[in-house]
Amino acid sequence: MIELDNTAYSYGGGELLSNISLKLAPGSFHFLTGPSGSGKTTFLKLCYGALVPTSGHVRLFDQDVREMDRDDHAMARRRIGVVHQDCQFLDHLPIADNVALPLMVSGRETLENHSNLKELMHWVGLGNRASALPPELSGGERQRAALARAVIMSPDVVLADEPTGNVDWEMSQRLLQLLIELNKMGKTIMIATHDLNLIRAAKSKVQARVLRIANRKLQLAGADL
Amino acid sequence: MRVIPRFLNDLIVGDVQADRVVPPSGFTARLTTFAAGAMAFLAVFALALSLASGRLATRWGDELAHSSTLRISAPEGQMADQTAAALRLLLTTPGIEAARALSDEEQRALLEPWFGPDLPVEDLPVPQLIEIQETQEGYDAAGLRLRLQAEVPGAVLDDHNRWRRPLEQAAGRLRLLGWVSILLIAATTATIITLAANAALAANAQVIAVLRLVGARDSYIAQAFVRRFTLRALLGAAVGVVVGLGAVLLLPAAQAEGGFLTGLGFQGGGWLWPVLIPPLAGLVAYFATGHAARRTLSELD
Repeated sequence: MIELDNTAYSYGGGELLSNISLKLAPGSFHFLTGPSGSGKTTFLKLCYGALVPTSGHVRLFDQDVREMDRDDHAMARRRIGVVHQDCQFLDHLPIADNVALPLMVSGRETLENHSNLKELMHWVGLGNRASALPPELSGGERQRAALARAVIMSPDVVLADEPTGNVDWEMSQRLLQLLIELNKMGKTIMIATHDLNLIRAAKSKVQARVLRIANRKLQLAGADL
Repeated sequence: MRVIPRFLNDLIVGDVQADRVVPPSGFTARLTTFAAGAMAFLAVFALALSLASGRLATRWGDELAHSSTLRISAPEGQMADQTAAALRLLLTTPGIEAARALSDEEQRALLEPWFGPDLPVEDLPVPQLIEIQETQEGYDAAGLRLRLQAEVPGAVLDDHNRWRRPLEQAAGRLRLLGWVSILLIAATTATIITLAANAALAANAQVIAVLRLVGARDSYIAQAFVRRFTLRALLGAAVGVVVGLGAVLLLPAAQAEGGFLTGLGFQGGGWLWPVLIPPLAGLVAYFATGHAARRTLSELD
Protein backbone atom coordinates (compact mmCIF):
# COMPACT_ATOMS: atom_id res chain seq x y z
CA MET A 1 0.00 0.00 0.00
CA ILE A 2 2.91 2.33 0.69
CA GLU A 3 5.96 1.61 -1.36
CA LEU A 4 9.28 3.42 -1.42
CA ASP A 5 11.60 2.52 -4.23
CA ASN A 6 15.19 3.76 -4.03
CA THR A 7 13.86 6.97 -2.55
CA ALA A 8 16.04 9.91 -1.58
CA TYR A 9 15.17 13.25 -0.07
CA SER A 10 17.25 16.37 0.43
CA TYR A 11 16.25 19.77 1.80
CA GLY A 12 18.61 21.63 -0.49
CA GLY A 13 21.82 20.85 1.39
CA GLY A 14 23.10 17.31 1.45
CA GLU A 15 20.78 14.36 1.28
CA LEU A 16 18.91 13.63 4.48
CA LEU A 17 17.72 10.24 3.33
CA SER A 18 19.09 8.19 0.48
CA ASN A 19 18.50 4.86 -1.17
CA ILE A 20 15.50 3.95 0.88
CA SER A 21 13.39 1.05 -0.30
CA LEU A 22 10.50 -0.27 1.71
CA LYS A 23 7.18 -1.92 1.14
CA LEU A 24 4.59 -1.53 3.86
CA ALA A 25 2.50 -4.68 3.63
CA PRO A 26 -1.15 -4.56 4.75
CA GLY A 27 -1.49 -5.50 8.39
CA SER A 28 2.15 -4.95 9.30
CA PHE A 29 3.29 -3.14 12.43
CA HIS A 30 6.44 -1.04 12.28
CA PHE A 31 8.39 1.05 14.69
CA LEU A 32 10.73 3.68 13.35
CA THR A 33 13.63 4.79 15.51
CA GLY A 34 16.74 6.84 15.11
CA PRO A 35 18.48 9.77 16.71
CA SER A 36 16.65 13.07 16.57
CA GLY A 37 17.34 14.91 13.35
CA SER A 38 17.97 11.66 11.52
CA GLY A 39 14.91 12.15 9.31
CA LYS A 40 12.11 10.20 10.97
CA THR A 41 9.56 12.94 10.36
CA THR A 42 10.75 13.45 6.79
CA PHE A 43 10.43 9.72 6.21
CA LEU A 44 6.85 9.73 7.49
CA LYS A 45 6.03 12.74 5.31
CA LEU A 46 7.30 10.85 2.29
CA CYS A 47 5.03 7.98 3.33
CA TYR A 48 1.86 10.07 3.20
CA GLY A 49 2.74 12.19 0.23
CA ALA A 50 3.34 15.49 2.03
CA LEU A 51 6.81 15.49 0.49
CA VAL A 52 7.75 14.38 -2.98
CA PRO A 53 11.06 12.49 -3.08
CA THR A 54 13.96 14.28 -4.74
CA SER A 55 14.83 11.00 -6.44
CA GLY A 56 13.37 7.55 -6.63
CA HIS A 57 9.68 6.74 -6.38
CA VAL A 58 7.02 6.67 -3.71
CA ARG A 59 3.79 4.86 -4.46
CA LEU A 60 0.67 5.25 -2.35
CA PHE A 61 -1.97 2.61 -3.05
CA ASP A 62 -0.27 1.80 -6.37
CA GLN A 63 -0.14 5.42 -7.47
CA ASP A 64 3.09 7.32 -7.93
CA VAL A 65 2.99 10.49 -5.83
CA ARG A 66 4.44 12.49 -8.73
CA GLU A 67 1.43 11.59 -10.84
CA MET A 68 -1.18 12.29 -8.17
CA ASP A 69 -3.16 15.52 -8.39
CA ARG A 70 -4.43 17.38 -5.37
CA ASP A 71 -7.68 15.46 -5.18
CA ASP A 72 -5.78 12.17 -5.38
CA HIS A 73 -3.73 13.32 -2.40
CA ALA A 74 -6.89 14.22 -0.49
CA MET A 75 -8.30 10.75 -1.21
CA ALA A 76 -5.05 9.07 -0.15
CA ARG A 77 -5.08 10.98 3.13
CA ARG A 78 -8.51 9.64 3.95
CA ARG A 79 -6.91 6.20 3.92
CA ILE A 80 -3.83 7.23 5.88
CA GLY A 81 -4.30 8.52 9.41
CA VAL A 82 -1.49 10.82 10.48
CA VAL A 83 -0.54 11.92 13.98
CA HIS A 84 1.94 14.79 13.93
CA GLN A 85 4.45 15.58 16.61
CA ASP A 86 2.99 19.08 16.88
CA CYS A 87 -0.67 18.34 16.40
CA GLN A 88 -2.63 21.15 14.79
CA PHE A 89 -6.35 21.64 15.20
CA LEU A 90 -9.01 24.10 14.20
CA ASP A 91 -8.81 26.24 17.31
CA HIS A 92 -12.33 27.67 17.01
CA LEU A 93 -14.07 24.28 17.04
CA PRO A 94 -14.53 22.07 20.11
CA ILE A 95 -12.29 19.05 20.32
CA ALA A 96 -15.09 16.61 19.47
CA ASP A 97 -15.66 18.41 16.17
CA ASN A 98 -11.94 18.39 15.52
CA VAL A 99 -11.81 14.65 16.04
CA ALA A 100 -14.78 14.25 13.70
CA LEU A 101 -13.26 16.59 11.11
CA PRO A 102 -12.13 13.81 8.73
CA LEU A 103 -15.74 12.53 8.65
CA MET A 104 -17.02 16.03 8.14
CA VAL A 105 -14.78 16.86 5.19
CA SER A 106 -15.50 13.54 3.50
CA GLY A 107 -19.25 13.88 4.00
CA ARG A 108 -19.49 10.75 6.16
CA GLU A 109 -20.76 12.26 9.36
CA THR A 110 -23.53 9.77 10.04
CA LEU A 111 -25.42 8.91 13.18
CA GLU A 112 -23.54 5.65 13.46
CA ASN A 113 -20.26 7.47 13.24
CA HIS A 114 -21.52 9.84 15.88
CA SER A 115 -21.73 7.08 18.46
CA ASN A 116 -18.34 5.84 17.33
CA LEU A 117 -17.01 9.30 18.01
CA LYS A 118 -18.25 9.21 21.59
CA GLU A 119 -16.75 5.82 22.13
CA LEU A 120 -13.48 6.92 20.61
CA MET A 121 -13.34 10.04 22.77
CA HIS A 122 -13.77 7.86 25.85
CA TRP A 123 -11.13 5.49 24.61
CA VAL A 124 -8.49 8.19 24.43
CA GLY A 125 -9.63 9.54 27.79
CA LEU A 126 -11.20 12.72 26.45
CA GLY A 127 -14.84 11.79 27.11
CA ASN A 128 -15.41 14.70 29.44
CA ARG A 129 -13.33 17.16 27.42
CA ALA A 130 -15.41 16.89 24.24
CA SER A 131 -16.59 20.49 24.30
CA ALA A 132 -13.24 22.01 25.20
CA LEU A 133 -11.42 24.09 22.61
CA PRO A 134 -8.02 22.80 21.46
CA PRO A 135 -5.99 25.64 23.07
CA GLU A 136 -7.44 24.59 26.45
CA LEU A 137 -5.95 21.10 26.21
CA SER A 138 -2.67 19.92 27.66
CA GLY A 139 0.03 18.54 25.40
CA GLY A 140 -0.92 14.95 26.23
CA GLU A 141 -4.59 15.60 25.61
CA ARG A 142 -3.77 17.15 22.26
CA GLN A 143 -1.84 14.07 21.25
CA ARG A 144 -4.66 11.77 22.26
CA ALA A 145 -7.10 13.92 20.33
CA ALA A 146 -4.80 13.82 17.30
CA LEU A 147 -4.66 10.05 17.48
CA ALA A 148 -8.44 9.84 17.73
CA ARG A 149 -8.72 12.12 14.69
CA ALA A 150 -6.23 9.95 12.79
CA VAL A 151 -8.17 6.73 13.35
CA ILE A 152 -11.78 7.89 13.16
CA MET A 153 -12.00 7.23 9.42
CA SER A 154 -10.81 3.68 10.06
CA PRO A 155 -7.88 4.24 7.70
CA ASP A 156 -5.82 1.50 6.07
CA VAL A 157 -2.63 2.94 7.47
CA VAL A 158 -1.83 4.92 10.61
CA LEU A 159 1.40 6.89 10.70
CA ALA A 160 2.24 8.34 14.11
CA ASP A 161 5.13 10.64 14.87
CA GLU A 162 6.08 10.34 18.56
CA PRO A 163 2.47 9.74 19.60
CA THR A 164 3.47 9.06 23.20
CA GLY A 165 5.90 11.93 23.55
CA ASN A 166 3.77 13.94 25.94
CA VAL A 167 1.76 11.33 27.80
CA ASP A 168 2.48 9.33 30.92
CA TRP A 169 3.33 5.66 30.86
CA GLU A 170 -0.17 4.47 31.56
CA MET A 171 -1.67 6.58 28.80
CA SER A 172 1.05 5.57 26.38
CA GLN A 173 0.14 1.96 27.08
CA ARG A 174 -3.47 2.72 26.31
CA LEU A 175 -2.58 4.45 23.08
CA LEU A 176 -0.35 1.55 22.15
CA GLN A 177 -3.18 -0.84 22.95
CA LEU A 178 -5.48 1.11 20.66
CA LEU A 179 -2.94 0.95 17.84
CA ILE A 180 -2.43 -2.77 18.42
CA GLU A 181 -6.16 -3.37 18.22
CA LEU A 182 -6.34 -1.41 15.01
CA ASN A 183 -3.50 -3.55 13.72
CA LYS A 184 -5.40 -6.70 14.64
CA MET A 185 -8.27 -5.36 12.54
CA GLY A 186 -5.88 -5.43 9.62
CA LYS A 187 -4.59 -1.87 9.65
CA THR A 188 -1.00 -1.07 8.89
CA ILE A 189 0.73 0.84 11.67
CA MET A 190 3.97 2.79 11.68
CA ILE A 191 5.10 4.56 14.84
CA ALA A 192 8.11 6.81 14.95
CA THR A 193 9.47 6.86 18.51
CA HIS A 194 12.65 6.87 20.48
CA ASP A 195 10.92 5.32 23.48
CA LEU A 196 12.53 1.87 23.60
CA ASN A 197 10.35 0.83 26.49
CA LEU A 198 7.31 1.36 24.34
CA ILE A 199 8.80 -0.83 21.62
CA ARG A 200 9.59 -3.56 24.15
CA ALA A 201 6.09 -3.37 25.55
CA ALA A 202 4.63 -3.71 22.08
CA LYS A 203 6.83 -6.62 21.09
CA SER A 204 5.23 -8.82 23.69
CA LYS A 205 1.78 -8.16 22.24
CA VAL A 206 2.26 -7.86 18.50
CA GLN A 207 4.65 -8.90 15.83
CA ALA A 208 6.39 -5.62 15.22
CA ARG A 209 9.34 -4.86 13.02
CA VAL A 210 11.73 -2.14 14.06
CA LEU A 211 13.26 0.13 11.44
CA ARG A 212 16.16 2.39 12.28
CA ILE A 213 17.36 5.41 10.38
CA ALA A 214 21.09 5.85 10.65
CA ASN A 215 23.55 7.48 8.30
CA ARG A 216 20.77 8.47 5.90
CA LYS A 217 19.82 4.83 5.43
CA LEU A 218 16.90 2.78 6.64
CA GLN A 219 17.96 -0.42 8.38
CA LEU A 220 16.05 -3.26 9.92
CA ALA A 221 17.00 -3.29 13.57
CA GLY A 222 17.87 -6.75 14.84
CA ALA A 223 16.93 -8.60 17.96
CA ASP A 224 18.94 -6.24 20.09
CA LEU A 225 15.77 -4.87 21.61
CA MET B 1 -26.87 27.70 -17.90
CA ARG B 2 -25.96 24.76 -15.72
CA VAL B 3 -24.00 27.03 -13.44
CA ILE B 4 -27.04 28.69 -11.93
CA PRO B 5 -28.65 25.64 -10.26
CA ARG B 6 -25.28 24.58 -8.85
CA PHE B 7 -24.67 28.12 -7.68
CA LEU B 8 -28.02 28.19 -5.89
CA ASN B 9 -27.47 24.75 -4.46
CA ASP B 10 -24.05 25.66 -3.08
CA LEU B 11 -25.48 28.80 -1.67
CA ILE B 12 -28.75 27.80 -0.11
CA VAL B 13 -28.32 24.16 0.76
CA GLY B 14 -24.58 24.60 0.89
CA ASP B 15 -22.58 22.77 3.45
CA VAL B 16 -23.18 24.45 6.73
CA GLN B 17 -20.34 22.39 8.14
CA ALA B 18 -17.96 23.55 5.44
CA ASP B 19 -18.87 27.02 6.57
CA ARG B 20 -18.08 26.17 10.18
CA VAL B 21 -14.58 24.90 9.53
CA VAL B 22 -13.41 28.41 8.67
CA PRO B 23 -13.29 30.61 11.76
CA PRO B 24 -15.72 33.52 11.76
CA SER B 25 -14.20 36.84 10.75
CA GLY B 26 -15.91 39.97 11.99
CA PHE B 27 -14.29 43.10 10.67
CA THR B 28 -13.17 42.08 7.17
CA ALA B 29 -16.60 40.54 6.61
CA ARG B 30 -18.23 43.89 7.27
CA LEU B 31 -15.78 45.59 4.90
CA THR B 32 -16.72 43.21 2.08
CA THR B 33 -20.41 43.78 2.74
CA PHE B 34 -19.88 47.53 2.80
CA ALA B 35 -17.90 47.48 -0.48
CA ALA B 36 -20.59 45.41 -2.18
CA GLY B 37 -23.23 47.83 -0.89
CA ALA B 38 -21.36 50.90 -2.11
CA MET B 39 -20.85 49.35 -5.53
CA ALA B 40 -24.53 48.41 -5.80
CA PHE B 41 -25.48 51.96 -4.85
CA LEU B 42 -23.31 53.32 -7.65
CA ALA B 43 -24.66 50.70 -10.04
CA VAL B 44 -28.20 51.94 -9.40
CA PHE B 45 -27.20 55.41 -10.57
CA ALA B 46 -25.26 54.16 -13.56
CA LEU B 47 -28.32 52.12 -14.48
CA ALA B 48 -30.62 55.10 -14.03
CA LEU B 49 -28.32 57.18 -16.23
CA SER B 50 -28.26 54.52 -18.95
CA LEU B 51 -32.01 54.06 -18.96
CA ALA B 52 -32.76 57.80 -18.84
CA SER B 53 -30.39 58.65 -21.68
CA GLY B 54 -31.76 55.69 -23.61
CA ARG B 55 -35.27 57.10 -23.23
CA LEU B 56 -34.05 60.53 -24.23
CA ALA B 57 -32.40 59.24 -27.38
CA THR B 58 -35.54 57.37 -28.36
CA ARG B 59 -37.78 60.34 -27.69
CA TRP B 60 -35.69 62.75 -29.70
CA GLY B 61 -35.41 60.20 -32.44
CA ASP B 62 -39.15 59.47 -32.60
CA GLU B 63 -40.60 62.89 -32.13
CA LEU B 64 -38.25 64.77 -34.35
CA ALA B 65 -37.59 62.23 -37.03
CA HIS B 66 -40.98 62.63 -38.65
CA SER B 67 -41.42 66.35 -38.48
CA SER B 68 -39.82 69.29 -40.23
CA THR B 69 -40.33 73.02 -40.35
CA LEU B 70 -40.65 75.37 -43.29
CA ARG B 71 -39.74 78.96 -42.62
CA ILE B 72 -41.01 81.64 -45.02
CA SER B 73 -39.50 85.08 -45.01
CA ALA B 74 -41.22 87.39 -47.43
CA PRO B 75 -42.13 91.07 -47.73
CA GLU B 76 -45.32 92.02 -45.91
CA GLY B 77 -47.59 91.85 -48.95
CA GLN B 78 -46.44 88.52 -50.33
CA MET B 79 -46.47 86.54 -47.10
CA ALA B 80 -49.98 85.19 -47.45
CA ASP B 81 -49.49 84.25 -51.13
CA GLN B 82 -46.21 82.50 -50.51
CA THR B 83 -47.61 80.65 -47.52
CA ALA B 84 -50.54 79.41 -49.57
CA ALA B 85 -48.22 78.40 -52.42
CA ALA B 86 -45.94 76.57 -50.07
CA LEU B 87 -48.83 74.69 -48.44
CA ARG B 88 -50.16 73.68 -51.85
CA LEU B 89 -46.76 72.47 -52.90
CA LEU B 90 -46.18 70.57 -49.66
CA LEU B 91 -49.51 68.77 -49.77
CA THR B 92 -48.74 67.46 -53.24
CA THR B 93 -45.31 66.20 -52.23
CA PRO B 94 -45.18 62.44 -51.71
CA GLY B 95 -44.08 61.48 -48.19
CA ILE B 96 -45.75 64.42 -46.48
CA GLU B 97 -48.78 63.58 -44.44
CA ALA B 98 -49.83 67.01 -43.27
CA ALA B 99 -48.66 70.60 -43.40
CA ARG B 100 -50.06 73.42 -41.33
CA ALA B 101 -49.19 77.06 -41.00
CA LEU B 102 -48.74 78.14 -37.38
CA SER B 103 -51.18 80.79 -36.21
CA ASP B 104 -50.02 84.12 -34.81
CA GLU B 105 -50.84 82.97 -31.27
CA GLU B 106 -48.71 79.86 -31.65
CA GLN B 107 -45.81 81.86 -33.04
CA ARG B 108 -46.11 84.32 -30.20
CA ALA B 109 -46.03 81.43 -27.70
CA LEU B 110 -42.84 80.18 -29.29
CA LEU B 111 -41.20 83.58 -29.05
CA GLU B 112 -42.46 84.39 -25.60
CA PRO B 113 -39.64 82.74 -23.65
CA TRP B 114 -37.17 84.99 -25.45
CA PHE B 115 -38.99 88.30 -25.84
CA GLY B 116 -41.56 88.36 -23.07
CA PRO B 117 -45.37 88.29 -23.22
CA ASP B 118 -45.98 91.80 -24.54
CA LEU B 119 -44.31 91.32 -27.87
CA PRO B 120 -46.20 92.97 -30.71
CA VAL B 121 -45.65 90.15 -33.19
CA GLU B 122 -47.83 91.85 -35.78
CA ASP B 123 -45.40 94.77 -36.05
CA LEU B 124 -42.33 92.61 -36.48
CA PRO B 125 -41.11 90.96 -39.66
CA VAL B 126 -41.49 87.54 -38.11
CA PRO B 127 -41.22 84.71 -40.64
CA GLN B 128 -44.19 82.40 -41.07
CA LEU B 129 -43.62 78.86 -39.83
CA ILE B 130 -45.20 75.77 -41.40
CA GLU B 131 -45.18 72.53 -39.47
CA ILE B 132 -44.73 69.44 -41.64
CA GLN B 133 -45.72 65.91 -40.59
CA GLU B 134 -43.97 63.22 -42.58
CA THR B 135 -45.22 59.73 -43.32
CA GLN B 136 -43.19 56.75 -42.11
CA GLU B 137 -41.24 56.66 -45.36
CA GLY B 138 -40.38 60.37 -45.27
CA TYR B 139 -39.87 62.66 -48.25
CA ASP B 140 -37.00 63.58 -50.50
CA ALA B 141 -35.60 66.70 -48.83
CA ALA B 142 -33.27 67.65 -51.69
CA GLY B 143 -36.06 67.43 -54.27
CA LEU B 144 -38.41 69.48 -52.10
CA ARG B 145 -35.79 72.18 -51.64
CA LEU B 146 -35.38 72.51 -55.41
CA ARG B 147 -39.11 72.83 -56.00
CA LEU B 148 -39.46 75.36 -53.18
CA GLN B 149 -36.64 77.41 -54.62
CA ALA B 150 -38.54 77.66 -57.87
CA GLU B 151 -42.01 78.38 -56.52
CA VAL B 152 -41.54 79.94 -53.04
CA PRO B 153 -38.19 81.74 -53.11
CA GLY B 154 -38.49 82.96 -49.50
CA ALA B 155 -38.85 79.45 -48.00
CA VAL B 156 -36.20 77.65 -45.99
CA LEU B 157 -36.72 73.98 -45.18
CA ASP B 158 -35.39 72.68 -41.87
CA ASP B 159 -35.70 68.90 -41.58
CA HIS B 160 -34.27 68.94 -38.01
CA ASN B 161 -31.49 66.59 -39.00
CA ARG B 162 -28.85 69.21 -38.42
CA TRP B 163 -29.47 69.47 -34.70
CA ARG B 164 -31.22 66.17 -34.04
CA ARG B 165 -28.25 64.02 -35.03
CA PRO B 166 -25.74 65.40 -32.49
CA LEU B 167 -28.34 65.29 -29.73
CA GLU B 168 -29.25 61.74 -30.48
CA GLN B 169 -25.59 60.88 -30.67
CA ALA B 170 -24.89 62.57 -27.33
CA ALA B 171 -27.72 60.67 -25.66
CA GLY B 172 -26.44 57.42 -27.18
CA ARG B 173 -22.93 58.08 -25.90
CA LEU B 174 -24.29 58.88 -22.47
CA ARG B 175 -26.13 55.56 -22.45
CA LEU B 176 -22.96 53.76 -23.50
CA LEU B 177 -21.07 55.54 -20.73
CA GLY B 178 -23.66 54.29 -18.24
CA TRP B 179 -23.26 50.69 -19.35
CA VAL B 180 -19.47 50.95 -19.31
CA SER B 181 -19.76 52.28 -15.75
CA ILE B 182 -21.86 49.28 -14.78
CA LEU B 183 -19.26 46.94 -16.26
CA LEU B 184 -16.49 48.78 -14.41
CA ILE B 185 -18.47 48.58 -11.19
CA ALA B 186 -18.88 44.83 -11.66
CA ALA B 187 -15.16 44.45 -12.38
CA THR B 188 -14.25 46.54 -9.34
CA THR B 189 -16.56 44.45 -7.19
CA ALA B 190 -14.82 41.33 -8.47
CA THR B 191 -11.44 42.89 -7.69
CA ILE B 192 -12.39 43.90 -4.16
CA ILE B 193 -13.85 40.49 -3.42
CA THR B 194 -10.82 38.71 -4.89
CA LEU B 195 -8.51 40.76 -2.67
CA ALA B 196 -10.67 40.12 0.38
CA ALA B 197 -10.87 36.41 -0.40
CA ASN B 198 -7.10 36.22 -0.86
CA ALA B 199 -6.60 37.92 2.49
CA ALA B 200 -9.03 35.51 4.12
CA LEU B 201 -7.30 32.51 2.57
CA ALA B 202 -3.89 33.76 3.71
CA ALA B 203 -5.16 34.43 7.22
CA ASN B 204 -6.52 30.90 7.41
CA ALA B 205 -3.41 29.09 6.17
CA GLN B 206 -3.29 26.89 9.28
CA VAL B 207 -6.94 25.95 8.93
CA ILE B 208 -6.33 24.98 5.31
CA ALA B 209 -3.27 22.91 6.30
CA VAL B 210 -5.29 21.00 8.91
CA LEU B 211 -8.13 20.39 6.44
CA ARG B 212 -5.71 19.11 3.81
CA LEU B 213 -4.10 16.80 6.39
CA VAL B 214 -7.39 15.14 7.21
CA GLY B 215 -8.24 14.64 3.54
CA ALA B 216 -10.37 17.62 2.56
CA ARG B 217 -10.49 18.28 -1.15
CA ASP B 218 -9.78 21.75 -2.50
CA SER B 219 -13.39 22.10 -3.61
CA TYR B 220 -14.60 21.51 -0.04
CA ILE B 221 -12.24 24.13 1.37
CA ALA B 222 -13.05 26.60 -1.41
CA GLN B 223 -16.78 26.15 -0.80
CA ALA B 224 -16.50 27.43 2.74
CA PHE B 225 -14.98 30.67 1.51
CA VAL B 226 -17.14 30.98 -1.60
CA ARG B 227 -20.41 30.63 0.30
CA ARG B 228 -19.38 33.20 2.83
CA PHE B 229 -18.29 35.84 0.34
CA THR B 230 -21.26 35.26 -1.94
CA LEU B 231 -23.69 35.80 0.92
CA ARG B 232 -21.84 38.92 2.02
CA ALA B 233 -21.94 40.37 -1.49
CA LEU B 234 -25.64 39.52 -1.82
CA LEU B 235 -26.51 41.16 1.46
CA GLY B 236 -24.34 44.22 0.85
CA ALA B 237 -25.67 44.71 -2.67
CA ALA B 238 -29.28 44.33 -1.52
CA VAL B 239 -28.81 47.09 1.05
CA GLY B 240 -26.97 49.23 -1.51
CA VAL B 241 -29.75 48.87 -4.06
CA VAL B 242 -32.45 49.77 -1.54
CA VAL B 243 -30.56 52.88 -0.48
CA GLY B 244 -29.78 53.75 -4.11
CA LEU B 245 -33.42 53.41 -5.17
CA GLY B 246 -34.44 55.55 -2.23
CA ALA B 247 -32.02 58.22 -3.37
CA VAL B 248 -33.39 58.04 -6.94
CA LEU B 249 -36.94 58.41 -5.60
CA LEU B 250 -35.89 61.48 -3.66
CA LEU B 251 -34.65 63.22 -6.82
CA PRO B 252 -36.96 66.04 -7.93
CA ALA B 253 -39.55 64.85 -10.45
CA ALA B 254 -39.04 65.51 -14.14
CA GLN B 255 -40.44 68.79 -15.48
CA ALA B 256 -43.14 68.86 -18.13
CA GLU B 257 -40.56 70.11 -20.62
CA GLY B 258 -38.55 66.94 -20.00
CA GLY B 259 -35.45 68.55 -18.61
CA PHE B 260 -32.52 66.25 -18.88
CA LEU B 261 -30.99 65.84 -15.42
CA THR B 262 -34.26 65.76 -13.55
CA GLY B 263 -35.39 62.93 -15.82
CA LEU B 264 -32.84 60.61 -14.15
CA GLY B 265 -34.78 57.68 -12.77
CA PHE B 266 -36.67 54.57 -13.66
CA GLN B 267 -39.95 54.18 -15.51
CA GLY B 268 -42.26 51.21 -15.79
CA GLY B 269 -40.33 48.00 -16.37
CA GLY B 270 -37.11 49.87 -15.76
CA TRP B 271 -37.75 49.45 -12.04
CA LEU B 272 -37.03 45.75 -12.43
CA TRP B 273 -33.44 46.31 -13.52
CA PRO B 274 -32.03 47.30 -10.11
CA VAL B 275 -33.56 44.14 -8.63
CA LEU B 276 -31.06 42.22 -10.73
CA ILE B 277 -28.08 43.94 -9.10
CA PRO B 278 -27.84 41.86 -5.87
CA PRO B 279 -28.01 38.47 -7.64
CA LEU B 280 -25.45 39.71 -10.14
CA ALA B 281 -23.20 40.89 -7.30
CA GLY B 282 -23.61 37.46 -5.71
CA LEU B 283 -22.70 35.78 -8.98
CA VAL B 284 -19.63 38.00 -9.35
CA ALA B 285 -18.57 37.17 -5.77
CA TYR B 286 -19.20 33.46 -6.35
CA PHE B 287 -16.89 33.32 -9.35
CA ALA B 288 -14.29 35.75 -7.98
CA THR B 289 -13.94 33.86 -4.68
CA GLY B 290 -14.00 30.47 -6.37
CA HIS B 291 -11.25 31.54 -8.73
CA ALA B 292 -9.16 33.07 -5.94
CA ALA B 293 -9.59 30.02 -3.71
CA ARG B 294 -8.70 27.53 -6.42
CA ARG B 295 -5.63 29.50 -7.39
CA THR B 296 -4.42 29.97 -3.81
CA LEU B 297 -5.03 26.34 -2.90
CA SER B 298 -3.25 25.01 -5.97
CA GLU B 299 -0.15 26.92 -4.91
CA LEU B 300 -0.06 25.18 -1.52
CA ASP B 301 1.37 21.73 -0.98
